[in-house]
Amino acid sequence: MMNFDYVRPASVADAIAAGSEKGASYLASGTNLLDLMKGGVSRPSRLVDVTRLPGLDRIEHLADGSLRIGALVRNADLAHDAEFARNYPAVAEALLSGASAQLRNAATVGGNLMQRTRCAYFYDAGSACNRRWPGAGCDALKGENRLHAVLGWSEGCIATHPSDFCVPLVALDAIVEIEGKGGRRELPLEALHRLPGETPERETALERGDLIVALRLPSEAQGFARHARYIKVRERTSYAFAVVSAAAALRIVDGKIREARLALGGVAAKPWRAREAEQVLAGAAPDAAAYREAARAALAGAKPSGDNAFKIELAQRILVRALTLAAAGTPDRIPALPGSPFSSVAGA
Amino acid sequence: MNLPLSLTINGVRRDIVLDDPRVTLLDLLRERLDLTGTKKGCDRGQCGACTILVDGRRINSCLALAVSHDGAEITTIEGVGSGGELHPVQAAFIAHDGFQCGFCTPGQIMSGIGLIQEGQAGDDPERVRECMSGNLCRCGAYQGITEAVLEAQSDMTASKQRRSA
Repeated sequence: MMNFDYVRPASVADAIAAGSEKGASYLASGTNLLDLMKGGVSRPSRLVDVTRLPGLDRIEHLADGSLRIGALVRNADLAHDAEFARNYPAVAEALLSGASAQLRNAATVGGNLMQRTRCAYFYDAGSACNRRWPGAGCDALKGENRLHAVLGWSEGCIATHPSDFCVPLVALDAIVEIEGKGGRRELPLEALHRLPGETPERETALERGDLIVALRLPSEAQGFARHARYIKVRERTSYAFAVVSAAAALRIVDGKIREARLALGGVAAKPWRAREAEQVLAGAAPDAAAYREAARAALAGAKPSGDNAFKIELAQRILVRALTLAAAGTPDRIPALPGSPFSSVAGA
Repeated sequence: MNLPLSLTINGVRRDIVLDDPRVTLLDLLRERLDLTGTKKGCDRGQCGACTILVDGRRINSCLALAVSHDGAEITTIEGVGSGGELHPVQAAFIAHDGFQCGFCTPGQIMSGIGLIQEGQAGDDPERVRECMSGNLCRCGAYQGITEAVLEAQSDMTASKQRRSA
């Protein structure tokens, strides 16, 4: 690991001043950043420790019915907050389907949003990677790429975004609150992560010095609580990243789908909102034919980036599964194997 | 760069001056404080051998910078027994053959203690397995590990009820 200066500012303003300098990187719990630094993938010359910044570790109910989650709230604390899990069950299930209990105890909400791709070529400093080194090329294109993107990829980069948490969040129109040199601003989470295009090294819409301070779920997001699931296919049942995953959240009124929210994980460089599929479902009866049509719409623009054509079919099946389970009703308690299609819980 | 920090480790306050910000909690414990019960497996947050409790919560000490944890209360495997008595999770690992080579065992036991404190798994073996998935065992002693955690949890709950009765 390259050496660095360590600073621990006491205020958000001081953090942004320190974090705006060239080579600086914010440190929260470090569960992804330290791993990247040990591998020589990230080489910050200064770490700005934000873990002691005041007021960022709270979950607040705002007057307009929205929920504000401080960037330093730990993943486990959010997922195990009973009221949160009741109101946003697919988000809690996604959180608990990710990483391990130890990592969830440490990792923060803001850090989860900022985690980097798990593409093996990105992690291997000896491989060509346009994210690490713009213009270097992409060894994943002709390499082991069965887990890579099928939507929104470019010749420059076929990596996927690894977060589970972000998938139901984009479906529920989550908003990111950012402090930067120009003051506070906000951004839909859907606009935080970028598709690679010609500039895969630009992974997010954040500018130098920008610090995510909170995440907000709008009041409408609670309206899906009775019919919301997150389903994730992994190469082993626990403690693995998604091959593909899907969040499905429905409002069912008088036996018809009034509104559907859908997003996919593991398919693109960002959590992928499936708006075309949502439109297919609006007003439809909640049945298998509608789910299949929606799934086809969601993947209509997909193409393999390597040995991963199977993911296009798999993503459709997982979307159908997530819709079927969401329509059946959110379980009273998150299943023993969160997000797993193999859960032994009856009906799941 | 001298970085002073103060930690309470297994109930004893330690004032430390680090000369390097890169030191993880794991390396601090093993290489500088001679507490080698916490194991270094992968050093990348994938195996769980380095699991310790920080302020009562289980984390991977390999992915935690020591300097960032100034003021923390840390419990390692060396600190869980008392006066020659094994911790109930330690005793249950022996009773149920929850290990073979033993390398992952301190991490498994610390993770089991953390899991029981979290109180999320109850007596459901599937939930215990899921909540222990961050601890790999190369010898494959998972069956015994799950039984040990379940038994220790039930013993600890029973003795807590006896105490409060």
